[in-house]
Amino acid sequence: MHHEIIIAGFGGQGILSAGRLLAYAGMVDGREVSWLPSYGPEMRGGTANSMIVISDEPVASPFIYSCTSLVVMNNPSMAKYESYVEPGGIIVYDSSLITVLPTRTDVTAFGIPATMMASEMDELTYSNVFLLGKIIERTGCVSLDSFEKALYDVLPKRKHHMVPEEMRVLARGMAY
Amino acid sequence: MGEKLLMKGNEVIAEAALRAGCRHYFGYPITPQTEIAHYMARRMPQVGGVFMQAESEVAAINMVYGAAAAGKRVMTSSSSPGISLKQEGISYAVGARLPAVVVNIMRAGPGLGGIQPAQGDYFQAVKGGGHGDYKLITLAPSSVQELYEMTVEAFNLADKYRGVVMILGDGMLGQMMEVVQFRDEEPISEPAKPWAATGTGMKREHNTITSIHLDPSVLEHWNDERQNQYRVIEEMEQRFELYNTDGADVILVAYGSVARIARNVIKAAEREGIRLGLLRPITLWPFPTHAFEHVMPQAKAFLVLEMSAGQMLEDVRLTVEGRRPVFFHGRMGGMIPTVKDIMREVHEIIGTREE
Amino acid sequence: MAVVAQRPHALRDIPLHYCPGCTHGISHRLVAEVLDELGIEGETIGISPVGCSYNNYDYFNCDMVQAAHGRAPAVATGVKRSLPDSVVFTYQGDGDLAAIGTAEIVHAAARGENITVVFINNTIYGMTSGQMAPTTLISQVTTTSPYGRNAKDHGNPIRICEMLATLQGPAYIERVSLHDIKHIRQAKKALTKAFRLQREKRGFTLVEMLSTCPTNWGLDPVESMNRVKNEVIPYYPLGVFVDCEKEG
Repeated sequence: MHHEIIIAGFGGQGILSAGRLLAYAGMVDGREVSWLPSYGPEMRGGTANSMIVISDEPVASPFIYSCTSLVVMNNPSMAKYESYVEPGGIIVYDSSLITVLPTRTDVTAFGIPATMMASEMDELTYSNVFLLGKIIERTGCVSLDSFEKALYDVLPKRKHHMVPEEMRVLARGMAY
Repeated sequence: MGEKLLMKGNEVIAEAALRAGCRHYFGYPITPQTEIAHYMARRMPQVGGVFMQAESEVAAINMVYGAAAAGKRVMTSSSSPGISLKQEGISYAVGARLPAVVVNIMRAGPGLGGIQPAQGDYFQAVKGGGHGDYKLITLAPSSVQELYEMTVEAFNLADKYRGVVMILGDGMLGQMMEVVQFRDEEPISEPAKPWAATGTGMKREHNTITSIHLDPSVLEHWNDERQNQYRVIEEMEQRFELYNTDGADVILVAYGSVARIARNVIKAAEREGIRLGLLRPITLWPFPTHAFEHVMPQAKAFLVLEMSAGQMLEDVRLTVEGRRPVFFHGRMGGMIPTVKDIMREVHEIIGTREE
Repeated sequence: MAVVAQRPHALRDIPLHYCPGCTHGISHRLVAEVLDELGIEGETIGISPVGCSYNNYDYFNCDMVQAAHGRAPAVATGVKRSLPDSVVFTYQGDGDLAAIGTAEIVHAAARGENITVVFINNTIYGMTSGQMAPTTLISQVTTTSPYGRNAKDHGNPIRICEMLATLQGPAYIERVSLHDIKHIRQAKKALTKAFRLQREKRGFTLVEMLSTCPTNWGLDPVESMNRVKNEVIPYYPLGVFVDCEKEG
């Protein structure tokens, strides 16, 4: 298996941490992984992205110019990264924020109103988990057990009580 | 080996330094290496070490000089503009024969430049950097695991040769997360330092740490000794990796994060039935001339890849000495070379040669 | 036979290279006497500067580390943080400390770095042959102010003690003069106190010594001493600027 995933949106949407969770879960699954964040002044408010490679082979470059899966959480990122997706790949986007829809016909796109669903639960940090659920369901890039372990290992202890709820959110994303 | 951890390159450098017995770190904030300072600030007090945020890069390297003079394993880290500021102190440390480790997580220049990855400080690292005739052993890791292993090795080499060792990475390596496995025990070799300024205790002659020698013949002799030592280092300490070079149509030459991209190029070429090899310098100084001699008999052409205008390129040409064609592809300003562009170069090279 | 005077142990038996009438010899001897009398030579590491006293690492018997121009406080910080129980002093001129090394001295003082700074102020760059220093007096002629220093073009001389005294870090700051016996005695008292406070880990200590440079002033030794008394002290008043033992 070989997955190259780009997650992109605004700083503050959990773009970097969502990528880190996937990479961590991939490691728990015994795969070779890398995670590369955008960095610098765009950390808050500007556009942020993270690039994740999960593979059975050693990761060559952590920097990728194309991807098998794309998660997008704002319009500028859709404009920038839609063309990065390889034919046959998938795009999962937050349909409650994105108004410029993908136009590619050689990829499969899924819109999930993630931010709206998260705000209904009064916990905006769940929004990216809905989207990750869809990516995991379509690609099987990481196992659910590993994702759960990643949540426990990556999140600070004071947030561990949220993990069961996050796993339910993930399942809702998978089923959407 | 310990358990698999997913860690950021910068944090791994800091952790590796602690494992190598470094208990003194002096630094100044600059993107994209600041996580090293964050990690040190958190961990040093826990292990009885010293973390200090200096008032400037200049002060930081001179604090390193002081701690090294006192016989301690010591490190500083910065990114390109900050490393320029440290050059004075590095030259003095070499002149006073003080062991220290300096980390440069390169960003794009010149001037304030940008904060995205680049390799434009190659000349500065391997040709001296500061004033005077000197060299720094320069290590160029290409993965997070290597950042760990080479940081430990950097301290050993600094002590072995009583000199400054530079770890040359870039923003991509520093910022990325990868799996790292720490050894249960580090291969630390730290010789006694009877020359250090630790106080005479009224039991020995006083030690003096200095880089000044006003008598030209004395200073020339001192320099001769260094140059002789450098010849030994050039013979003994070359490190490199050869990958897929046997029967390659073109051998890519790349270090650090660009070597990672080169591996993607090799895969892409394979799909087209083109065989590419990779010669990856791990020590940039001493430049791995042995690697070139090894591949020369069957090499057809070299393609040097860098995130610069072509700096390592000059060392490749000096090593190849016209025996094979040497081509170059580079990006600057924080742009990262693409597989597509490099493949275009490969096609041109193969086409050229067949004509 | 009673010994009435002898070389301090902390001063090595090597002829000093300084010019006739230069007060470096006096300040060296004072430092050495204090190291002897406090019995701290064996635990002391001195930091040599760039300037006329660049090679005082040859003169002192304690371990010595030579620093780049202006960087002595940073080097001292590195040594002291490595060996917190040692005694660390820097010996710096006014070009070294008050020009190129301003950032280092201000921040070492602000941190309350537990070191002692011996600051030699002779209002000129000596080693490089008499250029204007930040401490050069108004109207003083130097090789780079041949028409005399003027405030409009060159700014005003910096009073380091007064400037550093505004910080919270220093434990003790005093300005003394080396122009006559009485003042030399006071200088030694100040120096002794500075080293004692360092041993008590009270923080940053600095003693500024108004000194001479007959060669670059173009004066003979006696005229030089008179210049310190009549021209230099009026601009750089003597006294204690910070004393942690007198506060609260």
